[in-house]
Amino acid sequence: MSPPEPAPTGAFDPAAMLAQARRGHIVALGLRYVAHGEDWCEGALDYDRRLVSDPVSGILASGPIVSLMDTLAAMSVWIRRGVRGPQATLDLRVDYLRPAKPGATVFGRAECYRLTRRIAFVRGVAHDGDANDPVAHVAGTFMLTDQG
Amino acid sequence: MSNVRLLPYADFLGVRIDGVVDGKGAPLLAMPFSEGLIGGPGRLHGGAIAGLLEIAAIAAIDATLEDEGQNARSIFKPINVTVDFMRPGLLVDSYARGEVIRIGNRIANVAVEAWQDDPERPIAAARMNLAISAPAANEG
Repeated sequence: MSPPEPAPTGAFDPAAMLAQARRGHIVALGLRYVAHGEDWCEGALDYDRRLVSDPVSGILASGPIVSLMDTLAAMSVWIRRGVRGPQATLDLRVDYLRPAKPGATVFGRAECYRLTRRIAFVRGVAHDGDANDPVAHVAGTFMLTDQG
Repeated sequence: MSNVRLLPYADFLGVRIDGVVDGKGAPLLAMPFSEGLIGGPGRLHGGAIAGLLEIAAIAAIDATLEDEGQNARSIFKPINVTVDFMRPGLLVDSYARGEVIRIGNRIANVAVEAWQDDPERPIAAARMNLAISAPAANEG
């Protein structure tokens, strides 16, 4: 592996954003930064029994996976824009391919694959250790709410 | 609705049952504002709103089950959810209620809306499809 490189795009740094967060939903969930590129961002959600859907099975609820992917998708848009400009999730669709394994960290990767003046299109995948065996697929759009 | 039980993740968000609307079966859920729900400045996190919607969808199915020993979460597995965000979620209490559109033999389809001060001005809506698995054997 090559040595770490500086953030490949402009002003927005997802690692710094997550590291500097002191409160709010991503802190409550414990979302972690993993990696990013010029139009994508990876993060992780460690297993937490407070986030399960059923105490017997210990299976993670689907909601935290939505939060993970919504966060990473928003960051992929900011990365591609190069700035943390104002934007809002317009819609998000999540396909739950299978339950995440109880106890496993869930990893997510989201990509902003198209950016227009007003709309950003995103897609993403979540897995629990093997990226070739995903737990969820995500597609969504963001509305850029800058003036003008 | 006596058999509606919320999941541990609901406690994490602070979601609780707030009552039943107009005698309809599906419970009204409330998610009081708390710091752990904040997303961007002055806004609830979209994931927290989506979580409330999913909990309300499952609670709506729970309310349709006649057998109080049944538990929707052991029978219904989420297939997918589509969430539309219509208005920003402000840093105030939120509410949601699901409506079971159809429960067939294999699939259940639920529509949910979330709002804050005015039920006529939803902040988000979702459609959720869930697969119905065969009930587990009682014996043993």
